[in-house]
Amino acid sequence: MSATTLQGISVRRRATDRVARGVTLALTLLALVPLFLVLYYLLKEGLGAFSVHFFTTDPTGRFLGDPGGIRSAIVGTAIIVALATAIAVPLGIGVALYLVEYGRRSFFANTVRYFVDVMTGVPSVMFGLFIYIVLVVAHIGGTFAAWKGSVALALLMLPVVARSSEVVLNLVPNALRESALALGAPRWRVIFRVVLPTALPGLMTGSMLAIARAAGETAPLLFTVAFVNGISTDVGQQMNSLPLQIFNDVGQAQDRLVQRAWGAALTLVLMILFVTLIARLVQRRSGLQP
Amino acid sequence: MTNPDAPERVMSEEPTSAPGLAQTPAPAARAAARAPTAPIAKTGRSMTLGGLNAYYGATHAIKDVSLHYPANEVTAMIGPSGCGKSTVLRCLNRMHEEIPGARAEGRVALDDLEIYGDGVDVTSVRRAIGMVFQKPNPFPTMSIFDNVAAGLKLAGIKGAHTKEVVERSLRGAGLWDEVKDRLSQPGMGLSGGQQQRLCIARTIAVAPEVILMDEPCSALDPIATLKIEELILELKRDFTIIIVTHNMQQAARVSDTTAFFYLGELIEHAPTEMLFSTPEHARTEEYVTGKFS
Repeated sequence: MSATTLQGISVRRRATDRVARGVTLALTLLALVPLFLVLYYLLKEGLGAFSVHFFTTDPTGRFLGDPGGIRSAIVGTAIIVALATAIAVPLGIGVALYLVEYGRRSFFANTVRYFVDVMTGVPSVMFGLFIYIVLVVAHIGGTFAAWKGSVALALLMLPVVARSSEVVLNLVPNALRESALALGAPRWRVIFRVVLPTALPGLMTGSMLAIARAAGETAPLLFTVAFVNGISTDVGQQMNSLPLQIFNDVGQAQDRLVQRAWGAALTLVLMILFVTLIARLVQRRSGLQP
Repeated sequence: MTNPDAPERVMSEEPTSAPGLAQTPAPAARAAARAPTAPIAKTGRSMTLGGLNAYYGATHAIKDVSLHYPANEVTAMIGPSGCGKSTVLRCLNRMHEEIPGARAEGRVALDDLEIYGDGVDVTSVRRAIGMVFQKPNPFPTMSIFDNVAAGLKLAGIKGAHTKEVVERSLRGAGLWDEVKDRLSQPGMGLSGGQQQRLCIARTIAVAPEVILMDEPCSALDPIATLKIEELILELKRDFTIIIVTHNMQQAARVSDTTAFFYLGELIEHAPTEMLFSTPEHARTEEYVTGKFS
């Protein structure tokens, strides 16, 4: 008899499968515990601080009476991060364009790639110190100023933007470049009319993730922008920001100031969440999938 | 397919000297080349290879190929995979050098203009010698209209009556009636065969003199293939066509002469009927009778 018999799954294999599933699930849940605790406390403590007053007034700095809200910190973070984006995104995309379209596998391009990777790993406090020494201590355009914080954040964002843009530009099919070149287009026109429009959604996603990362950084701002209470839109002056507001408030002896820190932290998380969500949406609309 | 207009076109082309290839360091000449030139049906030009050698890094892919492609004829290049027929095609409009590490030596001429001459602007070469690729590749971010107009914009041809050129090119590619009501829709929404004809329209919008086709039907179904083949026979009135194909029936159907390549060498070039019925070389006969592929 050579008929094949189909056997049932053995008891032992069933048991092994169940154990393996159980262990991986348990580890996943364990990893999620800190995340949920952070979110839980953030919501519990932060939501209590939220009010119209909280968003529409500046910190007063008074020990007694009304401590004020975080308006200046929100405005300051928006301005500082916007300026940092304006510096880092064009530069980063420029670096990526060079690496993908011109440098390719040359020694110089590989060296640049290596240093971009190294820069990604540099702790943010280093960028703060670097700008502190180069721009603040050296008294270039005064001492502490918002634009110096933007430069420090831009340095932090640059490698992130460059690396993510390089990945996206590499996803643009070579056939598109070739067909544009075969029409008699110079390379720069191929880049501006075909490569960049095709890669645009991905480039935006990468830039937004860099923005989300930079928005929460404290250390680069600590040595460069300094902390003030009042609202300011002059990038040549000191400016308040959410990370520094949190940093300042959380060490105070008064409960209501600590609560303001929680409120500011929740605000910051919501802002970053918003940017990340937009990045996701843009990514989904893009035709290029990694 | 004969065309009564063809001789007249040849004559009308005669007195105005055929345009040369722009030199890189002559911006004035390039600007002149960009002057309003609505691509009007014109005649193709011949191409000649003289002792062409092509390399990919250290690999010697094309070995001393000399070949003449007559004007307004369809020349097919056939041969087994890896025989170098596509490489030869890419040397004809200098696309070969876009591959890192690739280079070519020898003579490639458009009539008597040296394609690889010193200071020849490669973009002017590619404007004169258009190319259609194996996979239909419309620009994904552009509409049907913009895909055809892209040829003009990318080549920097300004002042041309874009609308007219787009319509004439789409008509020339036999696509106008199918897309005239949805020109603003994305080019990627068309079927494979339509996309390939869109790419042909994009190519002829730039008004080249030679059109290179790299297995243009290998990604298409039989009906779409038939349409492209009919189109090729129409296009040769106005353009010189050089087509690479792995389909011998296709070569037999569309081409006037056929060149057989094997291992980077040109084995035989003859009128198509002759090459398929009474080939001179044993290798050619083995290939066309299907003894190897």
